[in-house]
Amino acid sequence: MIEQDQPILETRELSKRFSIGTRFSSQGKRTVHAVDNVSLTVRRGETVGLVGESGCGKSTLARCLVRLYDITDGQLLFEGDDITGKSLTELRPFRRRLQMVFQDPSASLNPRRRVGDLVAEPLRIHTKLSSREIAKRVAELFDLVGLLPDHVMRYPHEFSGGQRQRVGIARAIALNPDLVVLDEPVSALDVSVQAQIVNLLADLQEKLKLTYIFIAHDLSVVRQVSTRIAVMYLGSIVEEGPAEEVFATPAHPYSQALISAVPIVETTSGSVRKRIILAGDVPSPLKPPSGCRFHPRCPIAVERCRVERPELTEHRSGRKVACHFPTLQPAS
Amino acid sequence: MMLSVRDLRVSFRTQEGLVRAIDGVSFDLREGEILGVVGESGSGKTVSLLAVMGLITDPNAIIEGSIRYRERELVGLPARELRRLRGNEIAMIFQDPMTALTPVYTIGGQIAEQIRAHKRVSKSQALERVEELLAEVNFPNPREAMSRYPHQLSGGMRQRAVIAMALSCNPALLVADEPTTALDVTVQAGILDLVRKLRATHNSAVVFITHDMGVVSELADRVMVMYAGRVVERGSRTELFSDPQHPYTRALLGSIPPLTGEKPRRLPAIPGSPPSLLRLPDGCAFGPRCPVNYEPCRTGKPVLGDGTHAAACFRVQA
Repeated sequence: MIEQDQPILETRELSKRFSIGTRFSSQGKRTVHAVDNVSLTVRRGETVGLVGESGCGKSTLARCLVRLYDITDGQLLFEGDDITGKSLTELRPFRRRLQMVFQDPSASLNPRRRVGDLVAEPLRIHTKLSSREIAKRVAELFDLVGLLPDHVMRYPHEFSGGQRQRVGIARAIALNPDLVVLDEPVSALDVSVQAQIVNLLADLQEKLKLTYIFIAHDLSVVRQVSTRIAVMYLGSIVEEGPAEEVFATPAHPYSQALISAVPIVETTSGSVRKRIILAGDVPSPLKPPSGCRFHPRCPIAVERCRVERPELTEHRSGRKVACHFPTLQPAS
Repeated sequence: MMLSVRDLRVSFRTQEGLVRAIDGVSFDLREGEILGVVGESGSGKTVSLLAVMGLITDPNAIIEGSIRYRERELVGLPARELRRLRGNEIAMIFQDPMTALTPVYTIGGQIAEQIRAHKRVSKSQALERVEELLAEVNFPNPREAMSRYPHQLSGGMRQRAVIAMALSCNPALLVADEPTTALDVTVQAGILDLVRKLRATHNSAVVFITHDMGVVSELADRVMVMYAGRVVERGSRTELFSDPQHPYTRALLGSIPPLTGEKPRRLPAIPGSPPSLLRLPDGCAFGPRCPVNYEPCRTGKPVLGDGTHAAACFRVQA
């Protein structure tokens, strides 16, 4: 039971800051607060969807989670083991259990190598399998992601976008990982192909008992695949909860605006959804606003929001909101 | 009719043979109307509108058919005359505002230049007009924005600057090619509002190209769905979304995950991927991916019928 309850991945007040410029630059040395104090718990078998506008830090967080970036502050725990400061060699046993799928499969696959070779690479690095066993495993993986056996000898450019993403997925699952971080895995694909990949990911999750962290800017896709949602704004999580609940009754004013902005196909022309248009742009993470990061654009901000930063607190079982005045009622 | 396109064909001579990017596209656009053009990459939605704008200058391109704009034939019109129309009466917004703006001039300078290319006004008059335009596209501080360079603005701001430029000569026709695809949904909502406002205040006609069915359903009066260089379905917004006819339109609408209500366990996906224009299947281009198994589709190419709501599908027409 204890095993079951232990989160597979946990971040404790994780922050990632980048320094830009030098002291000789016109504006001196500055710090970008890309991810700011994120505490997130991912349980085995669930899919956590990360949503937010571009520049909100969701991709940076994803890269921190698989330790592609070094973490500035806070802790990252994988099955209870602190892997925040582990060296590359110490990380190797964790790497095979923690994989990532990238947005653009044509950029993440080496164009000069055959795709069979690309999928075999993690097996060669992390296992002691013979070349025959590797070939057998690659064939298995191709079958699993819906590619044909003779595709092994092809080069990435000979595939369509959807097939290339299947190769990227095959490579990520080659080592039987426990957790896969998917950074915009369907955004670069044709609309008619997206659903195939979404279904494939769901099938693989069921078959291989995978845990996903799913990042996408397309909110309807995120809702479809996720069991839980974390909404990010300017490097921090502003709302977290079960996917369908957050979409049905968003509690943070930012989540409300974000969800209301999604254009949906209306078959009945009568019903008009209420749309919240946010004023201004996302502030620069170089100079985040005081108090609540969202207050300059928030329709319900008061003086207190300018001064005091709201913590992410649990308001109802499973629903966390970082807002002084959360509305936990149906929004529309 | 403001714009009348008849049997437009655009082909490109390539090393691998002739690529038919557009294969017999016809459509009409009335004054003040918003037409949504939906399709995936390679469906020909961009090429057909580039042809309308006279922006296909590739010597290997072959353009056939007729494009009539306010009773004037645009196909074969000398470049000089086209230039007079373009930017003045017809304006275009592109997907990526960063490449549509020059990085080395200020926003104000670029828009003023565009105005002075078409209207005989002084520099200060042009700059005054720029300030008005930027205010119209909701720049909080237009005067300050005029002295900014494109890289100093956010993506949404840049796209609004491009729209301001497109509006500078009060175009009668605005062609927008995926203007919100690179933007966040919250920013997109603002841009869509702007397009609606533009139609209301200037009575401009708009051709809006997108791959997002949601955007079309919110914005367009009439919709045209394209696949592999042809129009597969056309109709008013209500006709198309409440009663989609073509199997491709139906499948595409069905494959979008819902934002509210019950989550389907699996999405109804379309098998395969859009065909390469070099190797189009025999018969209907959608045939190999179509859930309907019907004999005539394997050999003949279905043609779009007449009427406001029509689908190029043998099964529907049968």
